Order: sequence, then structure tokens, then C-alpha cells
Amino acid sequence: MAYALTLYILVALPFIAALVIALLHAGSRAVHSGVAGAASGAGLLLLAGLTGPVIGGEVPSASISWVPALGLDFTLMVDPLGLMFAGLILGIGLLVVIFAHFYLYKGEATGRFFASLMLFQGAMLGIVLAGNVLLLLVFWELTSLSSFLLIGFWQHKAEGRQGARMALAVTGGGGLALIGGMVLLGLAAGSFDLATILERGAQVQASPLYPVLLGLILIGCFTKSAQFPFHFWLPHAMAAPTPVSAYLHSATMVKAGVFLLARLWPVLAGTEAYTVIVSSVGLVTMVFAATVALFRHDLKSILAYSTISQLGLLVMLLGFSLEMAALAAVLHILNHAAFKAALFMVAGIVDHETGTRDIRRLGGLAKTMPVTALIATLAAASMAGLPPLGGFISKELMLYQTPNIALFGLPWLVPVLATLGATFSVGYSLRLAWHLFFGQPREAEPHERAHDPGVGMWAPSALLTALAVLLGLVPMLLAGPLVGAVTGAVIGGAAPEFDLALWHGVNLALILSMIAVAGGVLLLWRHAGLLRAWDSIAHSDAKRMFETTLGFADTWVRKAIVAVHTPSLQRMLLMTFGVVVAFIIDGALEGGGAITGLQPGIPASAPAIVAWALMIAATAAVVNDSRQRFRVLVYISVIGLVVSLAFVRFSAPDLALTQISVEVVTILLLLLALNLLPKAPPLISSSPRKWRDGALATAGGVLIGGLAWAMLTRGAGETISAFHLANSKLGGGGTNVVNVILVDFRAFDTLGEIIVLGIAGLAIFALLDSAARGSAGARLARWQEDMPHSPESHPMMFVMASRIALPLTLTVGIYLFLRGHNQPGGGFIAALVVAIAFLLQYLAAGYDWTDRRRRFSEHRMIAWGVLVAMATGLGSMAFGAPFLTSTFDYFTLPLIGEFELASAMLFDTGVFLTVLGAVLLALAQLSHISQRAARAYAEKQDAEADETAQGDAP
Amino acid sequence: MTYEFLVASAIGVLVAGGIYLALRARTFQVVLGLTLFSYAVNLFLFASGRLVLNRPPIWDKAVTEYTDPLPQALVLTAIVITFGMTAFVVILALRSFLETGSDHVDGDNVPCDGDDGEAGRGE
Repeated sequence: MAYALTLYILVALPFIAALVIALLHAGSRAVHSGVAGAASGAGLLLLAGLTGPVIGGEVPSASISWVPALGLDFTLMVDPLGLMFAGLILGIGLLVVIFAHFYLYKGEATGRFFASLMLFQGAMLGIVLAGNVLLLLVFWELTSLSSFLLIGFWQHKAEGRQGARMALAVTGGGGLALIGGMVLLGLAAGSFDLATILERGAQVQASPLYPVLLGLILIGCFTKSAQFPFHFWLPHAMAAPTPVSAYLHSATMVKAGVFLLARLWPVLAGTEAYTVIVSSVGLVTMVFAATVALFRHDLKSILAYSTISQLGLLVMLLGFSLEMAALAAVLHILNHAAFKAALFMVAGIVDHETGTRDIRRLGGLAKTMPVTALIATLAAASMAGLPPLGGFISKELMLYQTPNIALFGLPWLVPVLATLGATFSVGYSLRLAWHLFFGQPREAEPHERAHDPGVGMWAPSALLTALAVLLGLVPMLLAGPLVGAVTGAVIGGAAPEFDLALWHGVNLALILSMIAVAGGVLLLWRHAGLLRAWDSIAHSDAKRMFETTLGFADTWVRKAIVAVHTPSLQRMLLMTFGVVVAFIIDGALEGGGAITGLQPGIPASAPAIVAWALMIAATAAVVNDSRQRFRVLVYISVIGLVVSLAFVRFSAPDLALTQISVEVVTILLLLLALNLLPKAPPLISSSPRKWRDGALATAGGVLIGGLAWAMLTRGAGETISAFHLANSKLGGGGTNVVNVILVDFRAFDTLGEIIVLGIAGLAIFALLDSAARGSAGARLARWQEDMPHSPESHPMMFVMASRIALPLTLTVGIYLFLRGHNQPGGGFIAALVVAIAFLLQYLAAGYDWTDRRRRFSEHRMIAWGVLVAMATGLGSMAFGAPFLTSTFDYFTLPLIGEFELASAMLFDTGVFLTVLGAVLLALAQLSHISQRAARAYAEKQDAEADETAQGDAP
Repeated sequence: MTYEFLVASAIGVLVAGGIYLALRARTFQVVLGLTLFSYAVNLFLFASGRLVLNRPPIWDKAVTEYTDPLPQALVLTAIVITFGMTAFVVILALRSFLETGSDHVDGDNVPCDGDDGEAGRGE
């Protein structure tokens, strides 16, 4: 547990950095890259502190219970495998940050770039340090998402957007398969804890679920690591800025699949199915992609295919299920990360300095870019597997293992194909270096511009290349202990005896290696002829196939949706109401018994009966006259008034206040909306339809009315309200029990409700704010006054009355708010009253006049309201009480006397702000567009009148 | 006549009106239907605390009998949320009318202006 804090900080650092960068998005590039670099550097230091113990055999881990019911714990652990990957992620991350700082052009959104990059780094660290397979999945998905943002960083470029979408579709789809596979794995192993799963390999392999979970997990790994036939997304992801390619598409994200194969090696590897599938997929990918890489022309495309090929090699090695092969894979992961990231940066430098990445236009750059040429040549030599570089050793180890595997019963198949793949990789590596830097320049223009970049841009790649060289010269010293420990972690035991060295004497691997080098040189020599031959064969375009498949799926999904779902609101509502009615009938038949209960009723007073009759009549009028829309609003307000009176009568003063003020706001809203809607449109329903709906409506009314009657004529029985009444004053500090329930006992509900209301307000704003554009805008501009209007647009009496009313209403609002805890009132009601006061100003004096004098922003009011309410809730947690626990005390002030302050009042302030903001935002925006339309119409009328006057004049 | 009968029958009438209007084809009528239906639902919820006269849930040392405060608290937020919902639906209807020139709930092309009368379309 000693390392718990270190582990949490390690994983949290990149996310914190991402947040900080996003908050400082207006800052300069140096700020953004500085924060990102500092976070990566600090992470490296933390990791360095863990290196000693981890290599020494300790496995620091830390765990927080997250969703224990699902077996999901926030468990982090660092074993040598995780350590190596975390080192790569942070180390190369730091170099990429430095490189990107110099690479990005002026004026680019560096804040967005580095924030996404850090988000990705955090997700990647999460994958390699996760100690729970479900947690690993969370981070796995996060890498897909953040890589989507990074690939599509240049949003204005179509290939960036398409590449990002394709990568997301493929890796995200694989992620779905992986979720299934991991859940099955957890079920088969009986735990989702990684350390436990790793110990239960035999149990998992014996499980009947094994073939299914193996298949699903492999799909996840193969899509992420761009294995055939899922490889096609990677070349298209090259539309990303080069630092992203160097980071995601060579060193880290595409290795996530390889990492997972290595991570689960003790559990999954060793079976016939595993060995055959994984090694043949790796082998095919390696040979196929190496061949394609030889004939690509875009530098980054060459590197992309070479990456696919090298990933294939890693997958194949892990697929062998041999301990020494796993060791070779571990070493090659290190090598590949070093030389490939360096090469990507070189591609970026060349692109940056010459303006092109087309290898056919470049050449002879060694003269003008000597430093870059040296770095690139060494890195490419390591990729080719030439001695004395790191790549040579891992390739030798690989070739040495190939005769031990007989795929499909053919002992020669793997060695031959692996040598073929190695030959092609020598070929494309040599071509990359040779065609770029040596020979004669092919085109003058890029060559003239070319020069070595500043040290900041080449230093990161130089460092990586130096690493690649040292991995060849002093492999045991540099990587021996690490490779040993990591291999031990992969195979789940002690690593086999090994010696990393350039010279092992003459053996089969050396001979195969020499064949590959000779073949590669031959390929380079005859490249022009081979290219012609390659071009003459038709190649399938993976992108077009992908898009055809997507289009096909899209069409059929649409057809299926239309087939099962009729997009008619009327029909859906009819079904809904019909089903509800059927359920009530069914329940009534089931329950049996009398409808009327035994509870005696309360005789109604005469005024109550009159009010009831009024309401029935108003409802009938609404239904009967529903097309005379303005008149209907009068009837609706009669109903609302009677409902409020009912609340008064039945001991609910708070409800009555709320109902009456909501009524005012609703009618104002409907009035404003009606101004722009048709006022009395023609009938469109047919008679049979009316009869049908009428029958259903009558049935529903009788049934629900009967239900209410049955309920009201029976006693309430035991309720939980006694608790609320008993504790309102003592526990909540207020005598208005309804208000105390809202802001204290059930404050969580209220919090949710104000958030909903805030969202509704914002959604209304969004709907109206964009209504001025497009066809809606055109229709608004054509809007015509179709109601008789007063010639005075802002009647003087109304304006003056509303201004005098404003302070009075505000006072009432404040009064209602302050007394809310003890007497009818509170945040909801006060907010509605205050909103009405302001809305009156909009109506009386016009939107523009009022808007100019407005000193607050409704958006902020909503945000502050929700934040204040939440902060009140969190405040109680700071004192160790559960979320939203309230407290109160009594204070005495001179003149005022004793008064009470409750934290619930603060919560109620949040309620007040949110409700006020949402109501004002909705109505003010509506009145804004409606008055704008009216003004445009008036101007048009005036212009026409002028024209007529001028026409008449002569 | 008892209060219980008045409330129950009012709920029934409001529900019937609400269902009928909600099934109409024009957006504004649907909004009216939802409004009526909301009145009914709020009243029903409120009535689940039973009808009690002159016993508001304002705590006092001298009083021992109160009406049930919990349904009141639930209905209070429900009223405000109802407003939010109504406002959103109205604006949605308005925007779709501005966007398409039709106030049919399914966006069908129907006449919206002109004189009163049975114009063409059956359904």
C-alpha cells in the first residue's frame, strides 16, 4: 500500500494536465506544451522511483472499490510489463510534446492539441497500469475516443475527418468485442481482478467459454493493433499531425493490442487455437504489410504499413506461445518504439522543411539535411535489422524461434514466410533511407527549400535513435534486466536464460538474416521495375470497401427502423393511451370489489361546486373550441385558477402559490408562441377518427376518475409523512414541512429537477437562437401581422404600471423566498414571482429596451444555481456528513433580534437562481424573436407605404 | 355532493379532455392536451394524500393534525417541471412550424391558414 498515492498521482497527472491545458486554452503555445511536458516529466520521475522495486520483484498496487456489485474496482498495479509500457508512454510522450511544440504551425489550436494528447496519455497509462479488466476496458475505450480527436485534429481536412471516423469505427467496434470477451473472461476466471485472473489460466482454458472469449478478445487486440484484415484504418489515420502519428501510431496506441496479448499471455496462450490463429494472423500481416510498404510513396504511408508489418511480427511472436519468442517480442517492442517514433518525427521534419512527403519528389537530402539524414539512416537501419543496431538482435531472436513452430503441419512455412517478411522490411527500410537522402534530387523545388530544422525538432528523434543504436551495442547493459523482468511478467514465471548480443556464432538465424539483407538490397536495386509490376495489378481500395459497407449498413438500418417503427406521434400516443386503459381495466377486473370505499366524504360547499362546474365547462370549451387558439387560453387559465383554488381549499398553500404563478408564466409563454403560430387553422381530422379518439378519451377519463374516486373514498393507511412532520422543525429547522422536504429531506430530487429545468431552458434557447437562420429564418422574415393590434406598440399606461410594479413584485419575491422555510413560499415560488416581474417589463417596454437594461445573464444564472445547490450538498460532505445534509443555527443581531440561518437556505438560493434563469431565458428569447419578426413586418409596411406615396405624388 | 366526488370527477374530465386533445394532429392542440393531462396528473398525485381541510402542513406546537406534506412536495416540483416540459414542447412545435411551414405533429404538409372549414385531408 506504500505506493498507493504514487500510483494514483501517476495515472491522474495526464488528466489533470489535460484539464489545466483546456482551461488555459487562450494561453500561448509554450504554456500548453509546458504543462504537457511537465506532466509527462513528473510522471517519468514517479515511475523512476518505482523502477527499482518493480524490477526487484515487487508489484506495487492500490485499489479503491468502485462498483463492487459488478466486480469493478479501481485497481492499479505496476508489474515489469506495465512498467515498461508506462515508461514508453511517458518517455516518448515527453519527446513528442517537445517535437510537437516546434512542429505545429503558428495559429493552430495548440490548447486543444495538447489537451487531447494528455487525455490520450492518461488513457494509455490507465490501460497498462489497470489491475482490473473492467477498468482496463474503460481506459481502452478512452484511447479510442481521444485518438479520434487527435486524428481529426485538422478538422478542416476531409481526410482527417474520414480517417478519424474510420479509426473510431474499427477500434471502437473491436472495443465492443473486447468488452464481451473480457466479461466472459471474468466469468470464466471467477474474478475481474487481473492478478487473480492471471493465476487461473488452466481454469479459463478448461472453461467452455474459452473459444468464445478468445475470439472476442483477439478481435479487440487485432483491431487496435491494426492486424490483417483490420489493418486498413491505420494508413488513413496518418491524416493526423505527425507528432500524433509518432506517438499513437507507432509507440503506444497500436501497441495496446500487443500489450493486451502479452498481458493475458499466461491465461490465453498455449492452446492449439491460440497458437494457430494468433501466429498466422501475425505472419500474414507481417508479410502482406511489408510488401505494400515497399510500394507506397507517401513517407507516412510507408511508415504506417511498416508499423502494421512490425506489429504483425510482434503478434506472431506472442502467438508462438514460446517463452523465448515472448522474450524476443518484449525486446522488439522496445526497439520498435525507439526507431519507429524517430522515423515518424523524421517524416514530420522532412514534410515541415520541404513541403512534401512524396518520396518520388525527394532525394539527395543528405546534402542539405545532414543531421536529419544521419538520424533517419540509423533508425532505418535498425528497422531493417542491420548489425550493429537493436533491430538486428530482436530480428535474430525472432528468426531463431521460427523453426520451432510448425503451422498447419508444415515445419518450413513459418521460417520461409518470416524470412520473406524480413526481406521486404529490409527492402522498404533501405528504400526509405536511400530514396530520401541519397542519390540525385528528383525535383528541384523541395530540395532548394530543404535545410535541417532547429535543435528542438531533431533532438527528440536523435535521442530515440541513440537508444536504438545502444540497444544494439550494449543490449545486456541497457535492457537485460528489464527484458528479463518483463518477460517473466509476460509468461507468468521466471524468464528463460538469455544472452542479448550481436554475435552468437553462425546458426540458422544468422543465415536467414543474411538472406533477408541480400534480398532487401536486391529489392532496392530492382525497385523501379517491381513498382511498375505492382502498379499493373489491380488493388482493392480498403477505404472504398469500408465506405460501401458503412453505406450498406446505413441503408438497411434505416429500412429496418422504418419497418418496425411508424414515425407518427398520433399513432404512438393512441397505442400508449390504449395500453394504459387496457391495464387499468385488467387491474380493475383482477382486483374486484366495490369502487366506492368506506371512508365518509366531506360535504362540499356551494362555492366549491360552482368552481367545479366552471372548470368542467372550461375543459369542455377547450376541447370543443381548440382551434380558436386565443380564446382557448382564457379557458385554460380558468382551469388553472380553479386548480389553484382547490389547493387553497385542501390545505396546500405552497401548491396554490406555485400553481398560480406557473399559470401566469405558462399563459404568457403560450401567448408569445401563438403570435407566431397559426391562430385558427382549418380542421383536419375526419369524423370516424374523432369518434374513435373520443371513445378512448371517455374510457380513459372514466377509468382514471374512477381510480381517483376509489382512492379518495379509502383511508390513507400508514405513511412515512409522520417522520417528516416530526423532524421538520427539530431536524430541518423549518416549520413549513413542504419546503423542508424540498430543500432538505428530499433535496436530491430537487437538485435533479432544477437541473432538468435548467436543461429545458438552455434547450429552448438553442432552439430559438438558431431559428433566425435557414428556412425558419426565411419564414420568420415573411411573417405577417394577422391580428388586430393596438396602434400603440407599448401602451403608456401599461409601461408605467409595469415599472411601478417591478420593485413591489421584487419585494414580494424576496419576502416569499426568505419566509419559505417556515411559511408558504420558498425558492420555486419566489423565482416564479420575480420572473413574472421581469417578463412584464419585456412585454410592456419591448425586448430591446429591457434587454439593454438587463445586468445579468440567464445562462450564468442557471449555471450558478446548479453549482450553488451542488456546492451546498458537497459542503456537508466536507464535514463528514452525507451529500446534502443540512444544518442550521440561531443567531442574534441587534435591532433584528433572533433569526435562523440554515444551509438549506443556500440550497434554496440555488433553486431560486436556476428556476429564475430558466424561465427568463425561455420567455425572453421567445419574445425576442417574436418582436423581431413584428418589427421587420412594420418596416416592410412603412417601406410599402412610402412607395405608394411616392408613386401617387407625380 | 362531497369534495371527493368533485375532485375525482374533475380528474376524470381533465383526463378525457387531455387524451382527446393529445391525439389531435396539430401541435398546439397536443400542447393543450398535455396541459390538461398535467393538471389531472398533479391533482391525482396530490389527492393521494387525501383531502383535508384547514390543516396546512405548517408545523406548530399547538397543532397535532396535519395534512400529508409529502405529496404536496412532490406535486410542487411536478408543477414546475410541467411548466418546463410545456415550454419545451411549445418551442419545439414553434420551431418545427417555422422550419417546415406545417404545424402537423408528424410534419405532414397541411393547410395552416385560411378560412375555417373542413379542408381536404382525412388523416
